[in-house]
Amino acid sequence: MGSIRFDKVDKVFGPKAGGVKALDNINLEIGEKEFVAIVGPSGCGKTTCLRMVAGFEAPSAGVVSVSGKPVTAPGPDRAVVFQQFALFPWKSVRENIELGLRNKNLPAGERADLVASALKLMNLETHAEAFPHQLSGGMQQRVAIARAYVLDPDVLLMDEPFGALDAQTRVVMQEELVRLARVNPRTVLFITHAVEEAVYLADRVAIMTRRPGRIKQVLDVRKIRQAENWDKHPRIEDVMDLESFVHLRTQIWKSLREEKSANVI
Amino acid sequence: MGDASLSLRERLAWGAFGLVLFLGIWTFLSTSGVVPGPFLPSPLEVLNRIIRLMTNPFAGATLPQHLASSVQRYGFGVLLAAAIGVPLGLLMGWFRLLDDIITPIFDGLRFIAPIAWVPFAALWFGTGIGGPVMIIFAGAFPPCLINAYRGARFVEPRLIEAARMLGTGNMRMILEVLLPAATPSIVAGLRVSAGLGWQSLVGAELIVAAAGVGFMMVQAQANVATPTVMAGMLAIGVIGMLIDVLLRQGEGWLRRRRGLEA
Repeated sequence: MGSIRFDKVDKVFGPKAGGVKALDNINLEIGEKEFVAIVGPSGCGKTTCLRMVAGFEAPSAGVVSVSGKPVTAPGPDRAVVFQQFALFPWKSVRENIELGLRNKNLPAGERADLVASALKLMNLETHAEAFPHQLSGGMQQRVAIARAYVLDPDVLLMDEPFGALDAQTRVVMQEELVRLARVNPRTVLFITHAVEEAVYLADRVAIMTRRPGRIKQVLDVRKIRQAENWDKHPRIEDVMDLESFVHLRTQIWKSLREEKSANVI
Repeated sequence: MGDASLSLRERLAWGAFGLVLFLGIWTFLSTSGVVPGPFLPSPLEVLNRIIRLMTNPFAGATLPQHLASSVQRYGFGVLLAAAIGVPLGLLMGWFRLLDDIITPIFDGLRFIAPIAWVPFAALWFGTGIGGPVMIIFAGAFPPCLINAYRGARFVEPRLIEAARMLGTGNMRMILEVLLPAATPSIVAGLRVSAGLGWQSLVGAELIVAAAGVGFMMVQAQANVATPTVMAGMLAIGVIGMLIDVLLRQGEGWLRRRRGLEA
């Protein structure tokens, strides 16, 4: 349960001949309860990778599978957190979180309990009856995360989830996600272009090349995190000051920089 | 717009000015003898006639009674159009196959003016309630369907993706995602439907009815009772405006509830 596998995956947009090749031979395995971040220059196809796991796009060649089964359509075993939240504006916070549970035909009592614990988990109890437009961006993203978590999905897919938030809120949400990952570890595929975010959150960071996107390098952050005991620092800025963190970040930056400069030429 | 800075008060004042000017020219044309008497009754005559028609029946009923029977048919026709057009539009917006089957037929039919159905309305339903309702339906149906369809087709793709990843089935997708997302578009369509339906109604009543404002006007025309014709026209205009104001209120309320407007 809960692993993701990309096996020789290509993606071409447009006509079969003469289309744009977005992804070229992607191979990646994400283990049970592992948090993997994909970073890459914009337009490299990292979001497309996530969308194929979600079942929104099909690979042009190769196989994307989750827990050993090839992905064919979207489903609640693979919950998605979108950059633009994608909450239903006409549903209250509670109703947004509850929809997936209703789709699973759970009895009302059980649903209420699950929604209550999801609200508690994301510190949303006082906003249960609010509508999305009455909430700040950070709060809306909490709702979207609660909506995903409440499904108890095999894998959690996060597509630049904090990209639309302001810097302060972003930091709070990053810390929150680390806290969540400790309380309730999940298999997570996390897409971002923010290097610090990837290093701070992920067990492994996959670096992609510019289009057509290929996986250039995969760095094991977890080993360093454990060896240097990052988790004893409750604040993100303290972790970001650590020499081991800075070293990793710089390493990824350099790798990405090569892609960017190649792009300019 | 250059005049966007006008205050509400100024705009109301200019509106009143336009109305007074209009009534002034009308009065002048009808009382000065430029236009012979029966060809253009004066505003005062029309007002007097309206007052008389409130209690004195003409063509079998008073003006309020004629209006009541018109509004009743109108209500039936528009409700029927909405009850069929909106669900069908949503279904077509979600099921591509249904879209492919219905769109060619619908695209042909919708260019037939509602009044063109009059011969068949008369043949099929006579002058009872069925004939006018059918004409109103023909006028009100296309905007209901088109707007529901467009509303459903142009739902933000992210919301549909979110609903799909939450495991939402077709029925719930239509009722809880497409319908609410399309509601502003549907309401705008209903407003157009309401206007077209009201216009079609009076056209229908001129021909296939034994009561209603349109019927009253045709009877008045036969008797050269021009103030009565004009009274009917005025009543049509005022009721049409009222319907639109009510629907616009409803639309505004919906938008505010959604947080689309402060």
